[in-house]
Amino acid sequence: MSVKRIDKDYDTLTIRALAEFEAAPERVWELWADPRKLEGWWGPPTYPATVREHSLVPGGSVTYFMTGPDGQIYHGWWAVQQVDAPRQLSFRDGFADQDGTRRDDMPVTEVTVTLTARDGGTAAEIVTSFADRTQMEELISMGAVEGAAEAMSQMDAILASA
Amino acid sequence: MPRRVLSYNQMVVDALPDEAVSRLFHALADSTRRDILRRAAAGELSVSRLAEAYPMSFAAVQKHVAVLADAGLVSKERRGREQLVSTTPDAVEQAHRALDALAETWAGRLNRMSDLLRQDKPGNLPGAGKNRHERETH
Repeated sequence: MSVKRIDKDYDTLTIRALAEFEAAPERVWELWADPRKLEGWWGPPTYPATVREHSLVPGGSVTYFMTGPDGQIYHGWWAVQQVDAPRQLSFRDGFADQDGTRRDDMPVTEVTVTLTARDGGTAAEIVTSFADRTQMEELISMGAVEGAAEAMSQMDAILASA
Repeated sequence: MPRRVLSYNQMVVDALPDEAVSRLFHALADSTRRDILRRAAAGELSVSRLAEAYPMSFAAVQKHVAVLADAGLVSKERRGREQLVSTTPDAVEQAHRALDALAETWAGRLNRMSDLLRQDKPGNLPGAGKNRHERETH
């Protein structure tokens, strides 16, 4: 199994995945840099991805679509930020309409990939977080306030029954 | 080894945010809805009182409340002629779910990457440009 661990940080809405591959960083990098290889893993077998544009340079963009089991097409995009082959890559990933307009009602994530040579293979770290964290953070803080209010009312109930 | 076998991504519907997560983001993507949510979190309130707070029709406010309810963020309750709106206690859980779905997506992707690397050993590969063909013959 290549996935070592996936840590979830609910406070910062970030996940950190650690994996090890029995291949040199250059080959692992190809999985991102070669659009045909990228198609082989980006979407699950039920939603295979087809890459259209693929400009893996800072400021470049990658566009793709995924085809669902019912034939429905889902368009996606990357806004490439940082590229340092074969070590580091960062980009934003989101959804788009049919005509390529970016959708703001679907989650955008920020992804940073770091590859390090280790024992003839590669250690990969992938950090992903929701780009628009403020909405989610607001939601969590409201929930937390409510949770506190609930705990208080429970306390009231306990005190009242004592 | 054939692709997919042993990959735990089979248990996972990944790559697309699941419907609940999409509804959540859709609900939160609008400032009026976020404001309704904030007001509702401060205490139960009626749709008609909400409608007074915004420069829009009662029907428009009702529609916003319906979107929030679909996302599981508020619940509606009819009391007499009034429709009361309150936040649901699982708002935190909703946000956690979005993160869980993201973690599953990446677990699936990493497993598929691993499968591809195993298939595409340098020795098996006569030229870099033939990957697609290679894959199709598997």
